[in-house]
Amino acid sequence: MAETTDTPGLMFRAELLSEVRDQLRRSSEYIVIPILALLVSGLLFSLFLLTLGKSPADFLSLVWRGGFGTSFSWQNTLVRATPLIFTALCVAIPARLGLVIIGGEGALVLGGFASAAIAIPMVSWAPTYLLLGVMALAGILVGSLWIGAVGALRHYRGVNETIASLLMFYIAVSILNFFVEGALRDPSDPNKPSTMPIGSDNMIGVIPGTDVHWGLIVGIALCGILFLLMNRTTFGFAAQIAGGNIRAAQAQGLPVGKLMVISCAIAGACAGLAGFFEVAAIHGKANASLIAGYGFTGILVSFLARHNPLVIIPVAIFLGGLAASGGLIQRRMDLPDATVLVLQGLLFIVILVSETFYGRFSIFRSKGETA
Amino acid sequence: MSKFEISRRSLLQSSALGLATLSTMGMSRLAHASNLTVGIVYVGPRDDFGWNQAHAVGAAALKDVPGVTVVEEENVPETIAVQKSMESMINLDGAQLIFATSFGYYKPFVLDVAAKYPDVEFRHAAPLWTDSDPKNAGSYFGYLDQAHYVDGVAAGLSTNSNKLGFVAAKPIGTVLRNINSFLLGARKVNPEATVQVIFTGEWSMPVREAEAANALVDAGCDVLTCHVDGPKVVIETAESRGIKCCGHNASQAPLAPNGFITGAEYKWETIYKGFAANLAEDQALPNFTGAGFDKDFVRNTPYGAGASEAAIAAADAARADVTAGKPIFVGPINKQDSTPLLAAGASLDNYEPSLDQTDYLIEGVVGSIT
Repeated sequence: MAETTDTPGLMFRAELLSEVRDQLRRSSEYIVIPILALLVSGLLFSLFLLTLGKSPADFLSLVWRGGFGTSFSWQNTLVRATPLIFTALCVAIPARLGLVIIGGEGALVLGGFASAAIAIPMVSWAPTYLLLGVMALAGILVGSLWIGAVGALRHYRGVNETIASLLMFYIAVSILNFFVEGALRDPSDPNKPSTMPIGSDNMIGVIPGTDVHWGLIVGIALCGILFLLMNRTTFGFAAQIAGGNIRAAQAQGLPVGKLMVISCAIAGACAGLAGFFEVAAIHGKANASLIAGYGFTGILVSFLARHNPLVIIPVAIFLGGLAASGGLIQRRMDLPDATVLVLQGLLFIVILVSETFYGRFSIFRSKGETA
Repeated sequence: MSKFEISRRSLLQSSALGLATLSTMGMSRLAHASNLTVGIVYVGPRDDFGWNQAHAVGAAALKDVPGVTVVEEENVPETIAVQKSMESMINLDGAQLIFATSFGYYKPFVLDVAAKYPDVEFRHAAPLWTDSDPKNAGSYFGYLDQAHYVDGVAAGLSTNSNKLGFVAAKPIGTVLRNINSFLLGARKVNPEATVQVIFTGEWSMPVREAEAANALVDAGCDVLTCHVDGPKVVIETAESRGIKCCGHNASQAPLAPNGFITGAEYKWETIYKGFAANLAEDQALPNFTGAGFDKDFVRNTPYGAGASEAAIAAADAARADVTAGKPIFVGPINKQDSTPLLAAGASLDNYEPSLDQTDYLIEGVVGSIT
């Protein structure tokens, strides 16, 4: 008995081992190529610095000091990374269906505006938790309707989702300005048009011992939840199939339209939540400061993370660190603030180019597999 | 270095270190100009020919003061980013005095950081500080309408069509006051003059500013001025359309070699150097400071090729009057809707608080707030 059970067991173990090895070999592709891309963009950026007569080593050490070197720098980095996590999710989820949504900024702006607006009649009587809960719901709802509409336009009317979401950003800004400078303007603040403040007692606090508000924890949790949704559920599986080949998905009877609209709505909810945290944890009111470009940097984060919700977290922190060190670089190296943008742009392009290299190198393929 | 093996050298070193620490921490901000680090944050680029440049010019003058180190950061948005920039200047550069130069920096960011760093002084470039705000925060500003009034005098003598054009950002108190003062200056020397105003709705919207400038020229205006963050586009448009112009915020004289008359400029260096000197002399900084020509907080750009001799003479005289305290708002003045603002013979002091709350345009200004 012992031998008969042992032998298949051993075989099984050997199979498992080789499978693990193949798996490792395949997944190492997803580590090696991005690292190479990072190195190449670092090289290109160093050349850029050298032509300006600046030292890449200085730059690196300042990025380290400004972004990660001290506890203040870390907190600075995390504060800046928080909105990027949400807005990157707004790109990543629809990207699984092959949709390129670049107007997350619009959902952020309107989500933030909606949370500030719904708070106005409630501030006088509602307890803090109820107020914040309703505000968050308003942000989520408006954000999901906004990007959900992009998905619906795409599916039902064939409108390009990239263009639609971008143009709708401008509409969102106009809506914000219309209300903030008109009907919902706080008369006590004549020079910077804003909605009525929610009051400092109602603001979301910071994680104890830090400067970072609770949005960071929510963002990280959301990344985990959405990772599970996209990778461990039938919904995520269906979305992936629809993203791979929409006709095949339709032929399988998958509800492609529904998948699209729901994915976009989830995406919009993430961006709307970013707007909610901007209002409830940072500004205390809605005004033009909501339009800070987080939605656009989020696109970069999501692409760098290959639209993987879990990878979004470190990438957002990396870019948050770059942003955090931008000021120090300006002050110490006398470089224009756009320097960090140049680095971001280089990263983006190199990463996009590196996408085309996946599956091209036999070293990452298991034995017997063909290209 | 071990704490327990004290050699003479290390003792000397550590006591020197201790002294240095004492002087930077203990007496920190009251310290002497010999080690004052000043941080300045701008919302836009330092070379915008406007608001930010005016501050950068002041910062450059401050750099020339011996013992003062200036650290600057431009293009810092009115978000948590500005709070972090200020904190970074404090934590990583050792800044003891911070100038936050954009309106939206104040609430909540300057207030929050001021509460968090009670040993650092914060000053913000708009009249927002109140008694309930932190004592290490404060406001500084210039009454630019005095300089716009002088511009108006020069412009009133430079127009043939009697139509002056004004490209304005947002219809808020300070902007409206500048428009009104510009008209009063023009009317003082040219009772026929009118000011046509177009609001762009944004502090910086170059495309709309160009459209507005062109529309004003098309409507017959032959002198243009503006109140937007960066007047570059308006001045360049005026020059290319062959008409005259008056500047705003900083010097735009190089942009209009033919038509530039003069301009209304802030002179922030007076304040910046004054505060640095205060700290060097262990004096507390004022929490609220604002003035015009009388304290050299504002000035007019040196006259350009567009200024006639008559305009120069009248403008110089007007500036001398305002510097001496002669009022700009002298009745009879009606608001746009013909309701009286000031009866004949009545006048308002140039620092009359109600003028800070200006929410009207006066008769003679064409164009509506809404």
